[in-house]
Parts: sequence; structure tokens; C-alpha cells
Amino acid sequence: MILAALAAPLLVATLALGVRQNRTRPRALLVGAVLHALAVAAMLGRRPEPVLDGALALDAAGAVVLSTSSLLFLACAVYAQGYLRRRAERDNRLFVGGLLVLLSALTAVSLAQHLGVLWVAVELTTLATAPLIYFNRNAGSLEAAWKYLLLCSLGIALALLGTFFLALAGTGPGGPRSLLLADLAGAGRALKAPWVRGGFVFLLVGYGTKMGLAPLHAWKPDAYGEAPGLLGALLAGAVGASAFLTLARVQQVMHAAGEERFAGQALTALGLISLAVAAVYVAAQRDLKRMLAWSSVEHMGILALGLGLGGTAVAAAWLHVAGSGLTKGVLFLSAGNIHRAYGSKLTDQVRGAARRLPVSGPLFLLAFLSASGSPPFAPFLSEFAILAAAVAQGRPVVAALYLASLAAIFLGMGRTVMRVVLGDPAGAPERPFPDSALTAAPPLVLMALVTGLGLWVPGGVADLLRAAAALVTG
Amino acid sequence: MTSASWLDLAFVLVVLVDFYLLASSRLPAATRAVALQGAVLSAPPLLLAGGGHDPEHMLLLSAGALLVKAVLIPWLMFRAIRETAVRREVEPFVTPVTSMVLGAAGVAAAFALSRSLPLPSGGQHPFLVPTALGTVWVGLLLMVSRKEAVSQVLGFLVLENGVFLFGLLLSDVMPVMVEAGVLLDLLAAVFVMGIVMFDIQRELASLDTQKLQRLRD
Amino acid sequence: MLRALLQPLALLLAAPLLPGLVNRVKAAVAGRRGPPVWQLYADLWKLLHKGAVYSGTTSWIFRAGPMASLASAATAALLLPVGAFPAPISFAGDFLLFAGLLALGRFLTALAAMDTGSSFEGMGAAREVTFGSAAEPALLLGLAVLARATGSTSLQGMLGPGLSGAWAGAAPSLILAAVALGLLSLAENARIPVDDPSTHLELTMIHEVMVLDHSGPDLAFVQAGAALKLLLFGALLAQLVLAARPAGDLLGLVAFAGGLLAFVLLVGLVESAMARLRLQRVPQLLVGAAVLSLFALVLVLR
Repeated sequence: MILAALAAPLLVATLALGVRQNRTRPRALLVGAVLHALAVAAMLGRRPEPVLDGALALDAAGAVVLSTSSLLFLACAVYAQGYLRRRAERDNRLFVGGLLVLLSALTAVSLAQHLGVLWVAVELTTLATAPLIYFNRNAGSLEAAWKYLLLCSLGIALALLGTFFLALAGTGPGGPRSLLLADLAGAGRALKAPWVRGGFVFLLVGYGTKMGLAPLHAWKPDAYGEAPGLLGALLAGAVGASAFLTLARVQQVMHAAGEERFAGQALTALGLISLAVAAVYVAAQRDLKRMLAWSSVEHMGILALGLGLGGTAVAAAWLHVAGSGLTKGVLFLSAGNIHRAYGSKLTDQVRGAARRLPVSGPLFLLAFLSASGSPPFAPFLSEFAILAAAVAQGRPVVAALYLASLAAIFLGMGRTVMRVVLGDPAGAPERPFPDSALTAAPPLVLMALVTGLGLWVPGGVADLLRAAAALVTG
Repeated sequence: MTSASWLDLAFVLVVLVDFYLLASSRLPAATRAVALQGAVLSAPPLLLAGGGHDPEHMLLLSAGALLVKAVLIPWLMFRAIRETAVRREVEPFVTPVTSMVLGAAGVAAAFALSRSLPLPSGGQHPFLVPTALGTVWVGLLLMVSRKEAVSQVLGFLVLENGVFLFGLLLSDVMPVMVEAGVLLDLLAAVFVMGIVMFDIQRELASLDTQKLQRLRD
Repeated sequence: MLRALLQPLALLLAAPLLPGLVNRVKAAVAGRRGPPVWQLYADLWKLLHKGAVYSGTTSWIFRAGPMASLASAATAALLLPVGAFPAPISFAGDFLLFAGLLALGRFLTALAAMDTGSSFEGMGAAREVTFGSAAEPALLLGLAVLARATGSTSLQGMLGPGLSGAWAGAAPSLILAAVALGLLSLAENARIPVDDPSTHLELTMIHEVMVLDHSGPDLAFVQAGAALKLLLFGALLAQLVLAARPAGDLLGLVAFAGGLLAFVLLVGLVESAMARLRLQRVPQLLVGAAVLSLFALVLVLR
């Protein structure tokens, strides 16, 4: 089953490359997404046997990320049918193929139990998405793609060095001499502390770059701002979640090695810095999609903070992976619709979206409320739980900084969102792209899921989140 | 000469290429140097094959490194240089003299400090770890100090070469499959970078990444 | 005592052969016959029989410069072992004196150039000193590598019989040091790719521009000093590379001469094959040599 989930998207990608017509090719996305979703559902129902000597296996943490990614990809695949029809003049061969490779790479990241395999898969997500960022082939998107490619490659190379450091930590007497997570975590304090710490620093910098934690986020506003909306949704939701998963795996080893305080402090610090940086920049943003990028920096910061605080905050972070990931989908897809309908993503040209786009406009507003942690959406639960954990651990300064940043981001983003969604669209630039079923339904469904998850977390899901948290904290 | 002194020679050669790259501004020459470094890197796995390392694994690693780092990647790079008609790095952010001094300082520090690193398993060649770390440092330096896209990619390759050398310490921990994945990823990365470079060139008629400064907050 | 007089004298007398040989190599590569090997001897003889012209703005510094720089080079020649012959004068730390004497020669030449009051000579002096500030650390680092590898701080110990043991133990470092010293000898002796001894193109000259105002015997001293300096670097390299010298005075001397010939051949070939670097790139070459020496030093220090 694992191999099927990995291979299905690749197989469909190969078939898609053979399709001649630009108009029919996007259907391959739908086929790949549905097959993948079915495989994931089957794996959630019955845990599959590990393959490749245990290098690939499904655990709770992987299941959270994998199901979020699969759902998000399915929504984006439906959305792509409408989007690519509107962009029929562009050759979408690379776009469709790249997205399917990305899906396979995301699956590999979620399933990887070997730090080397994990590295290979994370690098593959970068390579699959970089050419897609400049789908529009203008100077801005090329710049964004180059920055993304170079910075993430640099980060990922350092992460490989960090991985080697961790492996070296385990080659001492009694060490596991292995990069399998279970072996590393089982070795516990037999791991050599200096190499564990050095490895952690490099891994944090490497995968932190991929995740877009400040101050390693330089590529993010550009890439999210220039990429097509649906790629932004996948980058922010699925790729971000995968990068977080890698850091959670690393943190799992750190816990086992008894270094969780050192690692937790570093993660907490990066999380708070990300929140603060996002708070500063999100307020001044005049570009809709770049604003969403800063919001993504914020959410990655929240995830890092949750992981760094440890204890009950970790389960909350896993809930946040799902909640904020799906919310990101709504934000980027509806922002993409707004961008299309106005031919602009600058806030001084876009206004009254709620009137011109009766579905996407209000959805954008709701998703903003969800992203900024308002009830009754899922991120409210997770963000509140992380705050509660910080208070319960007796870390009032962390809690205060966290709360202040959230408030500042709410105000800063809210001003922009209100201006875009409300008001009178008369006089604003207009393009003939109203809401259609294919472009409006996916964000609508995702929004319903976010709301549902905020009102009621099903028992099975709650168990999964607890199990995922238990994996990290031991 | 014994295999230990051949290793000496290989590691010193790797560092010399590092220095050469820091000084050079001609992209074809620099690309040849990176290819040479890749070829030299295929020697240590073979020379190490005796002492406690699985010979078959080392042979595969050596062949893979030679194929990917010394043949395929340089070929891709030369194609990128030809298609984009870029010949030299004009004005790097950091002058060659400064970057050479910085690079030498880093390499010297790596060699001076590596003896005090608590390496768990003894018996490796004394130059392996410092050469690897020094090469990582030089790669980083090249990546951040150059403006031309091709030079930045060369820096990335040097960085990867350093990491590869470090990985030789751990050949028994990394399965062959993963090593192959790492090399393939590297190849794919250079391929994708080549595509993006080509498109940048077509769009902007230049590979000077200074021109990629439109997006700001 | 006699040897202490004999060695500098012999080297001084042999030195003008070297530029002649380099020119013959270059001519041969270019397919010309070239000037006779003895050309520089003839030039020196001619110059020594001429009178000197001194500008009214110069002082005694200008007159003392050529003699003093020749004297400093000849003194430095006392510190080198030649073939199997030990150095006439040798004491712990004398490699610093060797580098210091070469630096003194540079300093005096530059001072004499500035004494002319001409902006042209001043420019040459400025260039020479700028490049010297990069070349001298490289020389000292290179010599320090030898000192560390042989465990001796006198040139006799560094380049004498003790060297063969060092080659067995620290070959990579010694190769690096030799390459660095080779680069340095091109720069220090105003050869291509740093300077071109055969042109008087004002924009690019370094050494030649400093000595333009000297004439007659003074110019002869300058040229003899330059030739001796080339010989000193050649001797340094020959001694370094020919570590396993055959025993016996005569055989040792033959090997030494062979080493010098190889050095001359190398310089000639480099000069034929390369173009002069742009002036801004020269420091890069010198810093490169320094970096090589530094790396070699780090290797032997481990």
C-alpha cells in the first residue's frame, strides 16, 4: 500500500506527460489526487506493513501530515481544473507533472522513518516545486523561483550535514550505527551529546529554511507572492507541514538523547522571532499574496513554538498542522480567485470582493478569521492550547510575546482583508473571471472542514493527534 | 606511495581546488575545477575501502561520485554556460582577495580545530573531517559572495562535495539506496537549476542575480 | 672565513647567467635565436665603464640605493647552503634575517625611487611596496613551513640534509610551500605574470619604473642585484626540491646547478605561455601564494 501511494502519482505523471492536449492534461491531476486519497484512506484504515527495511512506514505523525496533504492536494486538483482552463494559453505539461511529483515526494516525507530517506524526499519537494513557481514566466516569478531554489538547496545541503552529524553521534560505543528513527530514539543517551547538538543546529537551520521560519524565511514572500494560488496553497499547507514533520522527527531524537531542553529553547526562540517578524511585516503589506506569505511565517512560528514548548503543546501543534494547513488552502485559493477577477493583487486596487465574488470574497474573510485564531475554527483550538501550555509551564514572557504577536497580526492583516473584501467594487479593475463551481467549491469544502474540526474533533482524530504527540515527546 | 599518502594528496587537492575557486572569476575554468574536485572525490572511497568499510559499497559510491560529480554535472553546467553565454563573474560582492582570506581562515580553523572534535570512532584519516568542513565553508562563501547564477550553483556543488566527504565517515550507516538518492537529488537539483537559469537568461538577457531585485517588502 | 667571502662572490658572478638563460628559453619557445647567454655580462661591463648622471633634486639616498640593495642581496647569499656545502653563516632564526635582507633591498630601492621626486618613480615604488606587503607574509609563511617540517630555524637546517626526513613525513606541505615559493619568485623578480621585464610600458611597470633614473655603474648594481635575487630564489627552490642530494661536494654542486637550470627553464616557459595579469589581479596571485603557504603551515602544525 505504501508503495502504491508513492508510485500512483508518479505513474499518472508519466501518463500526463504523454497527453497531447493542454485542455485535457489537467485531468491527470484529478486522477492522481483521487488515487492517492484512496490509498491514504486505506492506509489510515489499516496500518500498512513497513517497507524497505523499515525505512518507510506510517506512524501517527506521518498520518496527520499525509492526510492533510492528501486532502489539500485533492482540493487543489479540483481547483486546477478551473484554473488551468482559464490559463489555456500556457503549456501546463511541466505544471501538471511537477505537482504530481510533489505529491509523491510529500508522501515519501510523511512515511520516511530513515533520516537519509527523509532528506532525499524533502529535497525532492523543493525540486518539484521550483519550476512551478514561475508558471507565469515573468521577471518577478523567475526571481522568486531562483531565490527559492537556491536558498532551499543551501538549507537542505546543511541539513544533510546535520543528518551526518546525528549519524556520527550514534557511532560511538553502544550507538545504533543507523539513521532509522526508531534506532536513534532507542539509543537514547548512548548518542554523543556534542554531535547531537551540532547536528540539531544544522538540521534546524536546514529544515527551518524549508519551513520558512524567520530569519530563514527570505524566499517565502517572493515565492508565495509570485506562484499561482494553488501552488501557494500546497507550499504553505502541505510542504510547510512536511518541513514541520521533519523538525518533529529531529525533536523526537533530541528527546531520546535527553537534549530536549536545548532543542526546545532554540525552537521556541525561532518560533517567537517568526511571530514577531510576521507581525511587523504583515501590517505593511500591500500585496495580497505576500501578506499570506507572512501569515504563513506566523503559522510556522506557532508550530515551532508548540514543538519547542513540549508537553501538551505538541498535540496542539499537530492539530494546528491540520487546521492551519487547510485554512491556508482556503486563503490561497480564494486569494487566487480574487487575483484573477481583478487582474491585480495589490490592495489599493482590489476592493469589494464580497460583492463581485459572492463565494470567494466571504470565504477569504472567514479564512482570515480562522488563520488569525478566532473561534469557532480549528486554529483557535490549537493556538489557545499552545497559549495554555505556555502559561501552565510558567513561561509568562513567552505567553505574553505570543499573544502580543497574534494580536498585532490580527489587527494588521484585518485592516487589509477588510479593505479587500468589503466596500464597493465599482471602479476597481475588472477581468471576466467570476466565481465558477470548479474554482469556488474547493475552498468552500476546505472551509467547511476547518469549521467542522473547530467545532468537534472526532475521537479517532484526537487519538491520532495524541499518538503523534507521544511519538515526539516519548 | 601508501594509500594513506595518496589520501593525503587527494584531500590536499580538494582544498587547493577550493582556493582556486575562491580566486577565479572565469566560469568555464571554475566549472572544470569543480569537475576535477568531483573526480578527486571519487578516489577517497576506493582508498578507504580497505579499513573497515564494505568494499562493494565503496566501489559503488566511488563510481557514482565519478559519474555524477565529474561527468554529468559538469556537462550540465557547461551546457548552461554555453546556452546562456556567460563567461565570467564580473564583480562579486566580496573581492577575490577578501574571499580567499576568509576561505583560508575557515580552512585553517577547520584543520586546527578538527583534532579537538570528539570523533566517536577512531582510525579515520586525519585530513578527512577538516577537508570536508573546510570545503563546506568555502562552498557557503562562494554561494553568498557571488552574483552570477552559475557561480552560485558552483558554490552549491562545492558545498555538496564537502558534505559528501563528511559522509564517507558514515558509509556503513548510510544504505546504498540512500547514497544513490542523495547523488540523484544533486543531479536533479543541477538540472532544475539549469532550466531556471536558462529561463532567467531568456527573460532578462542576463544571469546577474543583482537584476533579480525587484521583489521587496 | 675564506668560504664566507667566496660563496657570495661566486653566486654574484654566476647570477647574470640566469636572466640570459631565461631569455634563451623564451627565444627558443618563440622560434628565435635570441641574445647570447652572456649578454648581461656585456651590459654590466659596459655600464660599469660609463659615468653616472644624477638629477639635481636627488640626495645621497639615491646614490646609496643601488649599492645597498646589491649588498643586502649578497649578504642574504651568505645564509643559503649551496649543494652539499653548508651555509657560510648559520644560526637559529636566520631565515628571518634572510627575509629581512630581501625586504631591506626592496625598501632601499623604493626609497631611492622616491628620492627622485618624480611622480613616475613614486608610482612604481607605491606598487612595489603594495605588492611587497602581500609577498612578504607569503615568504615568511613558506619558510615557516620548512622550519616546522624540519624542526630547525636556520636555513642550513631547513634546506640542508635535514630536509630529506621532512619530505618523508610532510610531503604535501612541502609541495604546497614549493608552489607558493615558486609563485613568489615570479612576483619578487618582476617576471611575467606579475611584471614584464622586457617592456617599458609605463602603465603596467613595477620594478623597471623604479630604476629608470639610475645610470652607469648604479644601473649595473641594480641589474646585478636583480639577477642575484633571481638566483637566490632559484637556489631556495632547488635546495628545497632536491632534498635527496647525492653526497660529495662536486656531485652536490652539479645537482644544484641542474636544479637552477630547471628553475630557469620553468620561468622561461611560464613567461612564454602566460600573459601578464592585470595590475588589480596581482595581489590576488600573491594572496593565493600566502594562502597556500598558510594551508601548508596548518598541515605541518597538526
